[in-house]
Amino acid sequence: MHLNEEELEVLRIIENNSRIDMKDLAKMTDQSESDIEITLKKLEDMRVIVRYLTVINWAKVDEYHGVTAMIDVKVTPKRGVGFDEVAKRIYKFKEVQSVYLMSGAYDLSVIVEGRSMNEVASFVSEKLSTLDSVISTTTHFIMKKYKHDGTIFEQTEEDKRIVVSP
Amino acid sequence: MIKTSYVSKTISELKPSGIRRFFDLAANLEGVVSLGVGEPDFVTSWAVREAAINSLEEGYTSYTANAGLYELRSEISGYMEKQFHVSYRPEDQIIVTVGASQALDIALRTILNPGEEVIVVEPCFVAYAPLVTMAGGIPVTVQTSKEDDFKLTPQQLEAAITPKTKAVLICSPNNPTGTQLGQEELVMLADIVKKHDLLVISDEIYAELAYDETFTSFAAIDGMLERTIVINGFSKGFAMTGWRLGFVCAPKEISEAMLKLHQYAMMCAPTVAQHAALEALKHGMQDVEEMRRSYRRRRNYIVKSFNEIGLDCHNPGGAFYAFPSIEKTGMTSMEFAEKLLTEELVAVVPGDVFGESGEGHIRCSYASSMEQLQEALRRMERFMKNHCK
Ligand SMILES: Cc1ncc(COP(=O)(O)O)c(C=O)c1O
Repeated sequence: MHLNEEELEVLRIIENNSRIDMKDLAKMTDQSESDIEITLKKLEDMRVIVRYLTVINWAKVDEYHGVTAMIDVKVTPKRGVGFDEVAKRIYKFKEVQSVYLMSGAYDLSVIVEGRSMNEVASFVSEKLSTLDSVISTTTHFIMKKYKHDGTIFEQTEEDKRIVVSP
Repeated sequence: MIKTSYVSKTISELKPSGIRRFFDLAANLEGVVSLGVGEPDFVTSWAVREAAINSLEEGYTSYTANAGLYELRSEISGYMEKQFHVSYRPEDQIIVTVGASQALDIALRTILNPGEEVIVVEPCFVAYAPLVTMAGGIPVTVQTSKEDDFKLTPQQLEAAITPKTKAVLICSPNNPTGTQLGQEELVMLADIVKKHDLLVISDEIYAELAYDETFTSFAAIDGMLERTIVINGFSKGFAMTGWRLGFVCAPKEISEAMLKLHQYAMMCAPTVAQHAALEALKHGMQDVEEMRRSYRRRRNYIVKSFNEIGLDCHNPGGAFYAFPSIEKTGMTSMEFAEKLLTEELVAVVPGDVFGESGEGHIRCSYASSMEQLQEALRRMERFMKNHCK
């Protein structure tokens, strides 16, 4: 689908900050607030905007004990439906955060989150690898997130400029 | 006998920059939100920084050719052609300099005989008039006004010309007003320049930061290539102020003369910065595009917000400065800036430091994060409520 420059601009801005004040967003894009509302509604209806998310660095929160694993999955594609059917069976599990069809050494990349390594391990052995078309799985646990969805987790770069300059 | 002063008359008579004075005021305060900064808030893109690190690892630590790395000049030549449709030979028409600042300096010192005049259009970058003076010339200032959107009119230009006039120094998009001259305006000015056989020094350091109209280089106007010295560089568009890298493009005769000066005074621009700039030109144009988009949003935001709170502001077409009028407060720009700084901890630059016609205005840089701008606006709104008559 084709979007115009105003719609693209709204997307670029809210991709980085979906909580931006609507009045400010209107000013930044030189539109009226009601136009912005119409644009957002349209983009939501078209599922261009799918969900408004927050990037949280859970590693900083003591109460959080989750683990994330990236699993390389080899599958036999089914006649007629290719990889789509098995992908669908996999993405419906609530433990599964993402599923991508990949080129290269394996077919699907599946990202799974669980409360413990054990939980993920049993999901893989009991649910994932037992699926009909799944030939093999290789599980990699994520040990530390440095950058996630374009956001660097550690420090933010501070402003090193002097206060007044030519 | 001890001399009264060891400092030359020319230098001792120069006024220190008003920006400097204001910096001293602001630098000692905590919690200042600054709109006083004349440089990008972006850090140079990582790919460029990485190229510089790599060049050091490779051991590029010696001088380059006086005019700069040939590869870089070639790349600059291609860039000028592609972006601005002007042709400069890398061999003898382009010199890589230590910032646009040094480019301006060698341009002025190369063309001026003692006592010759250069027309300087105010409000303007604080260094212009002093640079003319230091080159032995006489700055003749022309005051633009907000009624003309701070644009130099052909009539004003013509009126300022005398038999001693050698050149006109033009900056578009402008620091501090953000005003950009359109192609038609340049054509009209060019006609007068040609009629009086003058040179133009065109400071195009903000060329990449044009938001509404495409940028036109003065050198691209009919008949102007042979009488224009184009000043440009990496500071603003590429977010590389600290690298100190600029360049100057000029007709061969002038360029070769400038090179003599550059060679004796500077030898060459820093090698590591030249390698960084090479990467910036080769692969950095998308970063420039993203930064430009971001400035444009912030320009829209700040100009609209200023107008809402009673700081009447024309819509600047480029650079990253808004130049609102503070008329409604009845204060001078220095009073306004000092009060705003001490009462609300917001730093802006009083307009008069950019020349007489800047009085009654303040320069606000929007090269700051949206959060900073929003905070500055909250404080300035309160300030205006307290001080508007
Ligand atoms: C109009 C103008 N010209 C030149 C310069 C100097 O640029 P550079 O950092 O390349 O020396 C500035 C910097 O503020 C400027 O505003």
